[in-house]
Parts: sequence; C-alpha cells; structure tokens
Amino acid sequence: MTHDHTIRMKVNGTLLEARTRPDRTLLDLLRDEFGLTGTKKGCEEGECGACTVIMDGRAVLACLTPALKADGTDITTIEGLEQDGELHPLQKAFLDEGAVQCGYCTPGMILSAKALLDVNPAPTVEQVKEAISGNLCRCTGYTKIVRAIQRAAEEKR
Amino acid sequence: MNWTTYHKASSVSEALSLLERSAGRGRVIAGGTDLVIQLHRRALSAEVLVDITGIDDLKRIEVHEGWILIGAAVTHAEVAANSLIRRHARVLSEGCSRVGSLQIRNMATLLGNVINAQPAADGAVPLTALEAEIRVVSKGAERWIPMEEAYLGVGRSAVDATGELAAQIRFRIPDSDGRAGFFRVSRRKALALPVLNGAVLLRPDAALTRIEKARIALGPVAAKPFRARGTEACLESGPLSLDVIHEAARIAAEEAKPRTSLIRGGERYRREMIRLQMTRLLQDLLAFPDAPAGTEAAPPQGGASR
Repeated sequence: MTHDHTIRMKVNGTLLEARTRPDRTLLDLLRDEFGLTGTKKGCEEGECGACTVIMDGRAVLACLTPALKADGTDITTIEGLEQDGELHPLQKAFLDEGAVQCGYCTPGMILSAKALLDVNPAPTVEQVKEAISGNLCRCTGYTKIVRAIQRAAEEKR
Repeated sequence: MNWTTYHKASSVSEALSLLERSAGRGRVIAGGTDLVIQLHRRALSAEVLVDITGIDDLKRIEVHEGWILIGAAVTHAEVAANSLIRRHARVLSEGCSRVGSLQIRNMATLLGNVINAQPAADGAVPLTALEAEIRVVSKGAERWIPMEEAYLGVGRSAVDATGELAAQIRFRIPDSDGRAGFFRVSRRKALALPVLNGAVLLRPDAALTRIEKARIALGPVAAKPFRARGTEACLESGPLSLDVIHEAARIAAEEAKPRTSLIRGGERYRREMIRLQMTRLLQDLLAFPDAPAGTEAAPPQGGASR
C-alpha cells in the first residue's frame, strides 16, 4: 500500500509541491519529480559529492537526505544559480578557467563553492580546498577548479 | 518500498510516543547519513522513521555546573565550529571536523554517530577520552550510560533506536590547565575512514614534572573506541621524562589490538603508527624537544622497515 505524502519545499526560489512515496530521497525527488536533472547521481552512498545541493544554507548530499526530511526547507540546485539568463560568477569562472571536463562533478562542486562564498567571500586556497574536499573529480585534477573558485570570489568582490 | 511513514517530531515526548505506537517497527532518524545507507542496503529495516532533528530541546550545546551538554540534534559541523567546545574541549572539535566530508558533517549528528557504534568514529574517540555519558530516554524512563558501555559490538549500540532515544551527551569540562590533542592517520585528507585515530587528554602538574591524570582513547583498534588504560597508568606512574613518553607509546602500541584489515591497513604498520603518533603527540603536548634523529622512530624488535 503506497502511503502518499504531500511535500512542499522552496526550490530555487519557487514554492514547489509534490506527492511522493515516503521512502524517496531528495535526489530522486529533484530529478524525477521536479525534472531538475542538474543534480547528479554518482555513488548514492555519500562518498562522491555529485549530488550536493544547498539546503537551508548548508551544503548537503541529496542522495542521503530522505525527501520528507527536506519538506519545508529552502533548496538551491545548480539550476538556481543562473539569474535572468546570466550565468552566476562561479559558473562563468568554471567555464573560463577550463574547470569543466566531463561536467559530472561540476554542479555539486559549484554548489559546495557557493556555500563557501556565501559565508566567506574571501577564502584562502586552503579554505577553498577544504570546502570542496567532499566533491570528487576524476577529470581535472582540481587545480583549475580551485582557480575558478578563487576567480569567482574576486569577481564577486 | 522501504519505510512507509516519515514523522518529524516536534518534541521528545512526541518522538517517544511515535516509537511506542510503532511497536518496534519504528526507528529514530537524526541526520540519516548512516541510517539511509543501511536502510537502502536492507541491513536495517524500519517502517516508520521518527526524525528528531527539528526538536529545539535537542539542538543545544550548553555548559551547566562544570559539564558540557550536547543535544542529539547537534551536527558534527556545529560541534566543530562551536566556541564553547573549541575553548574547553578542542579535541572534540578537531575530531568532529574530520568526519566524512563537509556535506556529511552538515547533516550527521554527533550522537547519531555514537549510536551507529563504529570503533573509530572521530567524534566518539574524543568522547571516550572525555569519559562522556549518554542520556537515554524512553517512555517513563531515563538512564545515563557511560560511553564505554554504549557499545555492545561493532555496529551494535546499547541504545535501542526502535524504542528509545539517546537525547543528550555530557562530559565534565577538562581542566583548563590540561593539555589535549587528537591525531588521525588516513589515506586521504577527506572522505576517508581513519586508519588510526586517537585522543589524548593530560593534566600535568604545574611544573610539568609529572602527569596527574591521563585519558587516552584510540580507534579502530578494538570493537569500540579503546581506552588505553595501560598507557594512562604508565604516564601517571612517576616523574615525567622522554623515556616515560617512549615507554607509554610502546605500551599503547602493545595494548591496542589493531587487526589486519582491507580498509584499515596491516596490523604491524598500525602498531608502529600508534607508537609513532603517540610519541609525537605526547612530546608535542608536553613540550619535549624532538628526540635526536634515529631515536624518535626507533623500530620495535624485529623491525618494521621505513
């Protein structure tokens, strides 16, 4: 017997509502219910960071978050960074610095970076590395990602 | 279908009522970063999840009559950043700041990690050295369990999350003139389980001539965070010297029982690392100058090669 729960949350500034089975994860809700496929499914066990979203101001892993835990919260996904057709400074910097190769880690990486810059607009290199230490990248070797984040921080200041 | 009902409790009594009504088919969920994986793998089951992270009473870190008290909904990130903990019990902040990744620390609670009962949890090892106690509540009953009695075995907690709630953990504020440190050996700096970790709290006398009190916990070298009582006794036994430090480190490597494990590393390596890390940490904390080259990392009999 499916127990349908109604769930309401703010996603990228818009109040969304859905009916969902209770054992869904936030990741599946975002991708399958709301069509927001920017958040990626990597390992589904909290070890890669590809599913990172920002929930109530904190970077969290959507694959380990029950959808119903996120009921009533304020979520930002990668789709929420663009404003009026303009890319966010982080998105621009990642492209300009060549920090995107396959692109799979990129949404999670950018959101971890955004969570950092939202509380620390002038991070040191060590702080940048610490902030993305929960996001694995198999392509870039991280150097350009770190540079992109520093560049975005400078451009925002 | 995995769980069929998800409740966000707004009070401890509501959480307990929900558990009672579920008659063993319900389970407490805090951050969920371990539990969701276990439920997905069917290592654990629950029909009803009772989410306690919205309960205001459980979100507090406070000081009361010489004790620090941390509520069940407090995350590792909150412990790591908390100024009270950083000032009075820095080993705990340090341990908590190394768990998992930033994203995990933002969700995972310190007390949930203790209930998950793994032997090297980076918050649980300092809590063991701090001789912490857990307040467990159920319908009409409350008890305090010392950290060392909270573990029944690897992955098995003395707290039954289907019927009771670990609501709070407390420990006495360490002496302000004490010295404490935390070490961790792991294959990466983040997103890596500890190959070894340890927390050391010392209360030397004012002249640094002897140790009045030593509390040392190590992991993963036993089924639960390990109190190195032999090492403590050695440090407390008499006048302090570099020889005593070396002897204490040797005892630590001997009384701990790291096994050869695919994820934690080989036994001989880990014993040698215990000896090395303890030597360095004790020397550091007690302001002993570095031993002359060659003596600091003196290999054990039958020698591990570098």
